[in-house]
Amino acid sequence: MTASNPMSAINIPFDIEHIRADFPVLNREVRPGLPLVYLDSTASSQKPEAVIEAMNGFYRCCNANIHRGVHTLAEEATAAYEGARARVARFINAPSARQVIFTRNATEAINLVAYAWGRANLSAGDVVILTEMEHHANLVPWHILATEKNIRLEFIPVNEAGLLDLDEYRRLLTLGPKLVSFTHMSNVLGTITPAEEIIRQAKAVGAVTLVDGAQSVPHFAVNVQSLGCDFLAFSSHKMCGPTGIGVLYGGKEILEAMPPFMGGGDMIKSVHLRSFTPNALPYKFEAGTPAIAEAVGLGAAVDYLSRIGMDAIAAHEQAMIAYALERLEEVPGVKVYGPSAQHKGGVAAFSLAGVHPHDIAQILDEGGVAVRAGHHCAQPLHEKLGIPATARASFYLYNTPAEVDKLIEGLYRVKKVFS
Amino acid sequence: MDDFYREVIIDRYKNPQFRGTLDPHDISFQDDNPLCGDHIQVDLRLGADGRVAEATFDGHGCAISQASADLLMESVIGKSLNDIKQLTRDDILQLLGIDLGPVRLKCALLSLKVLKAGVYGLKAASDDLVD
Ligand SMILES: Cc1ncc(COP(=O)(O)O)c(C=O)c1O
Repeated sequence: MTASNPMSAINIPFDIEHIRADFPVLNREVRPGLPLVYLDSTASSQKPEAVIEAMNGFYRCCNANIHRGVHTLAEEATAAYEGARARVARFINAPSARQVIFTRNATEAINLVAYAWGRANLSAGDVVILTEMEHHANLVPWHILATEKNIRLEFIPVNEAGLLDLDEYRRLLTLGPKLVSFTHMSNVLGTITPAEEIIRQAKAVGAVTLVDGAQSVPHFAVNVQSLGCDFLAFSSHKMCGPTGIGVLYGGKEILEAMPPFMGGGDMIKSVHLRSFTPNALPYKFEAGTPAIAEAVGLGAAVDYLSRIGMDAIAAHEQAMIAYALERLEEVPGVKVYGPSAQHKGGVAAFSLAGVHPHDIAQILDEGGVAVRAGHHCAQPLHEKLGIPATARASFYLYNTPAEVDKLIEGLYRVKKVFS
Repeated sequence: MDDFYREVIIDRYKNPQFRGTLDPHDISFQDDNPLCGDHIQVDLRLGADGRVAEATFDGHGCAISQASADLLMESVIGKSLNDIKQLTRDDILQLLGIDLGPVRLKCALLSLKVLKAGVYGLKAASDDLVD
């Protein structure tokens, strides 16, 4: 593979220029003459015209509060909001749209499980299994519960290769865990975890399972029925949709048995001065006016991704990460963290000897290349790696091999500044 | 554009003049920048006149945070504690000779925050110290 003509060397399963044209922001220059090279989609993806227009269209044509209203706009807004729920349900192959609960983001979806299911079902000494590569979103809610309830947290270790140690997982399962909650794809190492296997083994010991799909749902086809998970959490803004909305999918029986999360309007069937009866699914978990336009935007994002095809997107990212790893490894002093390309999604966290990740990101930005620097909300994982921070380049359907080349050029500039 | 990494910043990052710790010391304080895991400790020794006789910093972080700590230590020698309490973000930006966005400003101001928290004898450093 040659650096000079990467487009011929990697096989892109769709017309990338067409796709790029769908994303208005990709036309912008970071500074005059400096086109944007956006390599930070793991933090938040860019939005296609279709999503921006769907939200604009909602506000221009049929904005109103949903449910209860009987006027035309309320009917149309309700249909748009519930239509988005149905699209999301189809996207993850949920048996019913009632099992799709809109939250603010993946973080809130996980907190919903911790507060509603966890508080009702966990007590002192109960074991919850997490992994060493969790995002803070799947750690801190359990820390809070551990303090409150004295539950015991155990962690599946990450091995040298950047993969979960499944032998240790099998040992932890003998502790009789009540819950196994783990990421489907690490936002630092890029590791794609063997979710089906983890869930199958958890179920065999009677544990409830939660999959943090914040990085998987945007990047490859996720099917909750073949996974067999009890819960799946993800965020719209990482999958071409707007910020402000996320999803919790849950098994019907477990959701029905759970007490509500937040109280207020919409989540009730009836309210009296001293009591209330919760509403049916999914409204039981959606207190107050939800993010209506954002749901419409998420629905449009799901349509957009489905039209391109999640398998094609995954194949593109696979080709991108393989090329990126190859080029990164050429640069003296660069160390990439995580497994080899076949075990990971489009995320490359790396360090450059003698240069702090912040300085890498700053100098790359001077060349229009946007990467992230820090611990990426996975501080325990960085402690395990023995580094305070990494720089991270991540790829999505709109990235090109030529952008990887710009990243590499930028890294040589970093080396020059610090030489 | 590479002006951001002015020679003085790269030079101070690679060859700090005031890196180290002081034992014994009159004032010592440390804190982190949770955003990026930067860590800075500042130690001061005062002279008979109550002014700073020796100043050191230790820790790790990006070029901006380390260079600004080194430049700041140099600048406080001979200053009274009251002088240090008057220092502001503008003084740091002047030492660095660059303009910074909100994210990198936190890196640049970490050493001043740590220094002032130590001088005021606070239990915890606060962003109010460098606003
Ligand atoms: C693996 C993983 N889980 C959870 C989250 C939290 O997502 P959000 O901040 O949208 O709630 C992220 C976001 O970075 C993530 O990468």
